[in-house]
Amino acid sequence: MNQETTPVSTQPRLDPSDAKIISIKGMHKWFGDFHVLKDINLEVARSERIVICGPSGSGKSTLIRCINRLEEHQQGSIVVDGTELTQDLKNIEIIRSEVGMVFQQFNLFPHLTVLDNVMLAPIWVRKLPRAEAAEQAMQYLERVKIPEQAAKYPGQLSGGQQQRVAIARSLCMNPRIMLFDEPTSALDPEMIKEVLDVMIELAESGMTMLVVTHEMGFATAVAHRVIFMDEGEIIEQKPPREFFENPEHERTKLFLSQILHH
Amino acid sequence: MSESSHYAPGTHPDLPPPARTTGMVGWVRGNLLSSPLNVALTLLSIWLLWSILPPAIHWLFTEAVWTAKDRKECWALMDAPRDAACWAFIRGSFELFVYGWFPEPERWRVNLTFILFIAAIFGGLRENIPGKKYWLIFAAAYPFIAAWLLLGGFGLEPVGTNKLGGILLTLVVAVTGIAFSLPIGIALALGRRSKLPALRGVCVIFIEFIRGVPLITLLFVASTMLTYFLPPGSTFDLLMRVLIMVTLFASAYIAEVVRGGLQGLSAGQYEAADSLGLSYWRAHQLVILPQALKISIPGIVNTFIGSFKDSVLVLIIGMMDILGLGRARLNDPDWLGLAPELYIFISLFFFISCFSMSRYSLSLEKKLHTGH
Ligand SMILES: Nc1ncnc2c1ncn2[C@@H]1O[C@H](COP(=O)(O)OP(=O)(O)OP(=O)(O)O)[C@@H](O)[C@H]1O
Ligand SMILES: [Mg+2]
Repeated sequence: MNQETTPVSTQPRLDPSDAKIISIKGMHKWFGDFHVLKDINLEVARSERIVICGPSGSGKSTLIRCINRLEEHQQGSIVVDGTELTQDLKNIEIIRSEVGMVFQQFNLFPHLTVLDNVMLAPIWVRKLPRAEAAEQAMQYLERVKIPEQAAKYPGQLSGGQQQRVAIARSLCMNPRIMLFDEPTSALDPEMIKEVLDVMIELAESGMTMLVVTHEMGFATAVAHRVIFMDEGEIIEQKPPREFFENPEHERTKLFLSQILHH
Repeated sequence: MSESSHYAPGTHPDLPPPARTTGMVGWVRGNLLSSPLNVALTLLSIWLLWSILPPAIHWLFTEAVWTAKDRKECWALMDAPRDAACWAFIRGSFELFVYGWFPEPERWRVNLTFILFIAAIFGGLRENIPGKKYWLIFAAAYPFIAAWLLLGGFGLEPVGTNKLGGILLTLVVAVTGIAFSLPIGIALALGRRSKLPALRGVCVIFIEFIRGVPLITLLFVASTMLTYFLPPGSTFDLLMRVLIMVTLFASAYIAEVVRGGLQGLSAGQYEAADSLGLSYWRAHQLVILPQALKISIPGIVNTFIGSFKDSVLVLIIGMMDILGLGRARLNDPDWLGLAPELYIFISLFFFISCFSMSRYSLSLEKKLHTGH
């Protein structure tokens, strides 16, 4: 909300010929007896940018965590970039290396320097030679505007810097899809912008993005579609302007009135 | 606010100098004489030191006899018999205490084992050492090199395990327990947190069983019962059986310490490693274990120190470690009744070994601190 951004592009630049990069059909998930996701159907096109919002506990995190199998669904199907998520461990590792994820709590590896954090997966998963990985890591650190912090440890950085390192760490794997779970919620207000700026630039580059956030300025500027979830269901999905100006459901209206007044 | 305002500038009479708060006198004032109770305690301590230290120094050093061929000669060299320590006993028995009954012409092998031990520790643990990879390989291969050097075979004169004794035997038992319990303990800790119920069950049962039985009992099992489980006619060396028991015992404790470290990590660390596509083993090798082990260093070293000292329990099943051998030596007619000298020497040996481990762990913790 505390964000003034110029729209990236109001029209989705989608390639209609392409198959959907994410396709979720009739998906259900339970935590024990608790039915956390109910009949989720969601198709995401290449280069599409989706913002997911909804009240706390509505299942937003769980939904995007199902996409890279940090959570396991029990019913229905999830197909990511042509590969269905099943018990098969190899498939899961492949999908994970194609899907980047940025967490609310950054989750950098505190025992490694910033550079080592960013290089780790390219070296061990992509089998890149060390020198090449380092060069690539520096490129991404420049892209998130903190190349000068490369030799420091995460514990020595501010929250905003840590989150940008986390983004660089994901980008270094050249993911096809980026998932963001409330990337700015743990940040002080003055650091939110530096992270959102990096995300906006990423959006401009054509990355497929699913972002759980309550930064409505970001949603308006960047999203092709805003999805509203409540109690484990997708209640409503619309382009951002329509979503904010013209919500259909009572629950959406209630939610919007709450977050727009806080 | 103050009376100084009654004086014109520059006319204030000199004040007494402030009480010293720094330097020797300041320190004594601040720490030893800060209250009547403190003064009393300080005086009491001085009196205690005064009455203990001089006789102790007298007994330990100034009057002590360092060379003599038996205790009678020792007594003769003192003002009064048994008036001071007879270190000649320790000096005279030193070779026996260190090497046990290892054949004299082969003792260079023990020395080499010991030198390589120091090299493996320093090379394996130092961060910025050239050829770090080879040092690590060497450190991992060390136990096998040591076994070959000590027991012989493959071109070296074979030496029976019954020839090991004294400090050599203590170190063999302690270092084997320490070196093998760490990897086994880590594996058990990971197994206990595994998603596979069968594996988890086996690890839980093993850990809880070993932790629930005293080490001495396990050693008796090793010395007597194990032979029932082995095929008839096979002789499985007693020392080997003891080493296995000591290692398993320490492993169970290490497993619990490491499990604590694993639980100390946030779920986010696992999720971040997973979401980058790292496999289970890579994630543990690169992300989880380095952090979990770092958290566990104090507990691990605590367990190491415990197993180092517990190694003396092997004397109960008749093995002659430094304590067992020393006690046997006390019965030697030449050195009858020199128990204080013996126990001071043995205490010093254990203290120096354990204290160095403890100091090393502190410096390791400091070095691994990354401001998180
Ligand atoms: N591992 C788990 N075990 C049991 N219940 C869980 C687990 N993780 C989440 N839940 C529950 O599932 C529901 C949805 O959680 P989720 O984290 O997806 O919500 P969210 O929409 O992301 O909320 P927030 O905005 O607070 O992050 C919540 O009621 C939560 O308590
Ligand atoms: Mg959430």
